[in-house]
Amino acid sequence: MNLGPHAAFILAAYAAAIVVVAGLVAWVILDFRAQKRVLGDLEAHGVTRRSTALKEPA
Amino acid sequence: MALIDLANPTRFLNFAERVLPWLVAATLFAFAIGLEQALFVAPDDYQQGATVKIMFLHVPCAWLGMFCWGLMTVAALGTLVWRHPLADVAAKAAAPIGAAFTFLCLFTGSMWGRPMWGTYWQWDARLTSVLVLFIMYLGLIALWRSVEDPGRAGRAAAVLTLVGAVNLPIIKFSVDWWNTLHQPASVFRIGGPTIDKSILVPLFAMAIAFTLLFLTLHLAAMRNEILRRRVRSMQMLRVFADEDMRQIESRA
Repeated sequence: MNLGPHAAFILAAYAAAIVVVAGLVAWVILDFRAQKRVLGDLEAHGVTRRSTALKEPA
Repeated sequence: MALIDLANPTRFLNFAERVLPWLVAATLFAFAIGLEQALFVAPDDYQQGATVKIMFLHVPCAWLGMFCWGLMTVAALGTLVWRHPLADVAAKAAAPIGAAFTFLCLFTGSMWGRPMWGTYWQWDARLTSVLVLFIMYLGLIALWRSVEDPGRAGRAAAVLTLVGAVNLPIIKFSVDWWNTLHQPASVFRIGGPTIDKSILVPLFAMAIAFTLLFLTLHLAAMRNEILRRRVRSMQMLRVFADEDMRQIESRA
């Protein structure tokens, strides 16, 4: 693949796209793990959601 | 499952869990085809040479930057008019993704503009209106972060989103209304595309791949936002429970 005299501009555009998309994917994955971890901690300390608590027998 | 069932956050989480693996697979498959078409099949342009390959990133990112604001506008109506429980979640989750695609549109456009126009940037109507779109995305994200209550933040953001939607037709028609360095529409126009099929097919392949990427990221970000709100409500319950316990202890 010959990118010609403007190869640097083409490569910079594709590199930026890779970095930004990788950043978005990492953000989504890391955020999901963080929320699941905090939820797990809260549940381990006996905190339940109201909707769940209401369903539990008295 | 009826569409209305997805208004329930728990059902939406179950739906996202089932659909996300398929969306990830479809996105990877679409990018494999799109990149193969863009990098190895599409010919160089007779005037622009290989720099036409930048178009396969620039145009889908531009479309998605605008599509995302359009989606947020529908979600804003859902928040303000129908008070749909997931409308605000959808809008908040979409904003960073839309900002990222708009940034990529600006950056790749700049990389394309320097060798073709002789400049990275020109304050013409198309470029400036897209920059305004990017700044509005940042403003919305800042607004959501600055108001602690998600309900209040969502309503304020919905109003700002509706006001910002005025910019979408300005972006679209800026190349017709004003003299711009940016070229006029060459794909979606009366009379059909002016781009040759050998370049149009890879462009659509990349547009489909980027759209699937957007849908995947948006669904995952919505799932995260629902979990974040669940965490918030549970933390508040915990604080109230601790406060009640302290009051009981102080009375005893």
